[in-house]
Amino acid sequence: MAEHTTSRSGISTRAAEIAVTLLTLALGALVAYASYRLGSTWGEYGPGAGYFPFYIGSIICIASIVNLIQAATAPPGKRIFVEWGALKRVFAVLVPAALFIAGIYLIGIYVSALLYIAIFMIWIGKYPWHKGLAVGFGVSFALFLMFEVWFLVLLPKGAYNVLSFIGY
Amino acid sequence: MEELNSLLHGFSVVLTPYNLVLMFVGVFLGIVVGVLPGLGGANGVAILLPLTFAMSPTSAIVMLSCIYWGALFGGAITSILFNIPGEPWSVATTFDGYPMAQQGHAGEALTASFTASFFGALCAVIMITFIAPALADFALSFGPPEFFSVYFLTFCSFIGMGREKPAKIIVSMMIGFALAAVGIDIVTGQLRLTFGFTELLRGFSFLIAVIGLFGIGEILLSMEEGLSFSGKTARMNLKVVLETWRRLPRFWGTALRSMVIGCWLGVTPGGATPASFMAYGVAKRTSRDGEKFGTGQLEGVVAPEVANNAAGTSALLPMIALGIPGSPTAAVLLGGLMIWGLQPGPLLFKEQPDFVWGLIASMYLGNIATLILCLTCVPFFAAILRVPFSIIAPVIVVICAVGAYTVSNAQSDIWYMLVFGVVGYVFRKLDYPLAPLVLALVLGDMAESAFRQSMLMAHGDLRIFFSNWLVGSITGLALLALFWPLIAKGFAVLRARSSAAEA
Repeated sequence: MAEHTTSRSGISTRAAEIAVTLLTLALGALVAYASYRLGSTWGEYGPGAGYFPFYIGSIICIASIVNLIQAATAPPGKRIFVEWGALKRVFAVLVPAALFIAGIYLIGIYVSALLYIAIFMIWIGKYPWHKGLAVGFGVSFALFLMFEVWFLVLLPKGAYNVLSFIGY
Repeated sequence: MEELNSLLHGFSVVLTPYNLVLMFVGVFLGIVVGVLPGLGGANGVAILLPLTFAMSPTSAIVMLSCIYWGALFGGAITSILFNIPGEPWSVATTFDGYPMAQQGHAGEALTASFTASFFGALCAVIMITFIAPALADFALSFGPPEFFSVYFLTFCSFIGMGREKPAKIIVSMMIGFALAAVGIDIVTGQLRLTFGFTELLRGFSFLIAVIGLFGIGEILLSMEEGLSFSGKTARMNLKVVLETWRRLPRFWGTALRSMVIGCWLGVTPGGATPASFMAYGVAKRTSRDGEKFGTGQLEGVVAPEVANNAAGTSALLPMIALGIPGSPTAAVLLGGLMIWGLQPGPLLFKEQPDFVWGLIASMYLGNIATLILCLTCVPFFAAILRVPFSIIAPVIVVICAVGAYTVSNAQSDIWYMLVFGVVGYVFRKLDYPLAPLVLALVLGDMAESAFRQSMLMAHGDLRIFFSNWLVGSITGLALLALFWPLIAKGFAVLRARSSAAEA
């Protein structure tokens, strides 16, 4: 699978299809099993709590198996789910986004957003650092005005509230 | 003409300065989210929903439904100028819209598209005005089995009408139902599918799912494609608008056909996208210039735009009359109804006439407002798309995160949003449709309780869904929709045989 030599290499669509069907199959089985444990039959007051979800889980399993068979028996074409280069770009969005969300717990959403936008622009967009900081600050400040000041909706400030010095 | 009186009353409810301002704000935001990658009607409404908790329900729905109109119209801007369909139902608009822009006729294409959108939406609103009250009246006699059979019809028509493989639609839909089941069971009070995690007690909010699946998923997709927008510019001035308007009446036949297709398919779920393609195909076949379609024909812009706006608007008909949404955005609006403390369903017309008729009146006004804003501000909206993606992407992620957090002030929701984003990205790439998942997540609890009540009434006998002509015919219709692909194939085989026998 890891043929880095050709320009069009990546995860094949077939592998991705099979992986997803296996995941949905596992999910369906989990739902069905948990509902069965909960009481999927007729209880004292009518259908039990697991009655409906049990069928849902079972249907997910059946449909996943159909998908699995279709994916596995499909001719092994050269279709590619995602190329390595494209996958790298996807992770270039995903990883900073995860760090941004983790940052919310520590330093709050405003500061975390400022840093996230600035670093993303400087690192991915190759902007000079002052432009990144300016846009990051502008967006954060606009959010701050909109939520804390106008709509009075409080957003998370994090464990180390950097904004406490201005009274928020 | 009771409807007209009610409608006039609705106008009197909506026509306050405050509501009119909200209307323009909504339309403006709607066009912006329609133009921006990663934001669309559904998640735009979902993100802004928490900001409306403090408003009166009528003002809130006026603003949110205007976001929807704006997004419906705005999708055409990116399709025509950038050849990037902002929404799946604008794909057909690119066929003739982008060639027109390449030839320097972007202004004409945009004017035609906005006017066509307005015409489609207006016809659908007129239909809603007269049919919705009657339908709601009729639905008042529905019991749990009837309601479940209508839900069943909704979901079956997704499976039967969808482009994707049926098994994939089913998986996506059932995952939605499973997610809806997480949390406390309303009937027995037992915990379901929480696996001991207290975080899961609250269950999954469909708003988080919408923001993640559509918003973050779209950002990941756009990033993967490494988009660099290269758009055409549009000259829009009064002269271009008036000249285009003079040419438009010639296409009245196409517009009417597309409108009927749109209204018809829009009532069934997921109808806007097939409606736009079907209208384009029908126009191509019936038009005198049919063979020139695809090279920049005005008529080829008119047909899909009339149809998708008629469909997008009439998707609100079942939501208003029955409490069953026809599209993901309608589902989000329905969720909003429940959050504002209104009980969706046929009783809404009786219990909240101000709200319902205010909403219908705002559909008329909102579409006029959208037409005006679209015709006057295109250069501004097109300029938004020229902002480089490396600025747009993190800003949209931040906006989505804020939207996800404010739904129920929970930081864990932001993580769920990211996970839904990855799911949305993978599902989109593998042709798993997202709309059924969202609709099942919204309707899951209601569908389940209708099912359980029916089962209680019938002591577990599934034949209750055929117990009288009403419920029986809805269930029958649902089964017909479900097996429609097979039935259509069967007919095709029969026809092929008979024509072979004749020859």
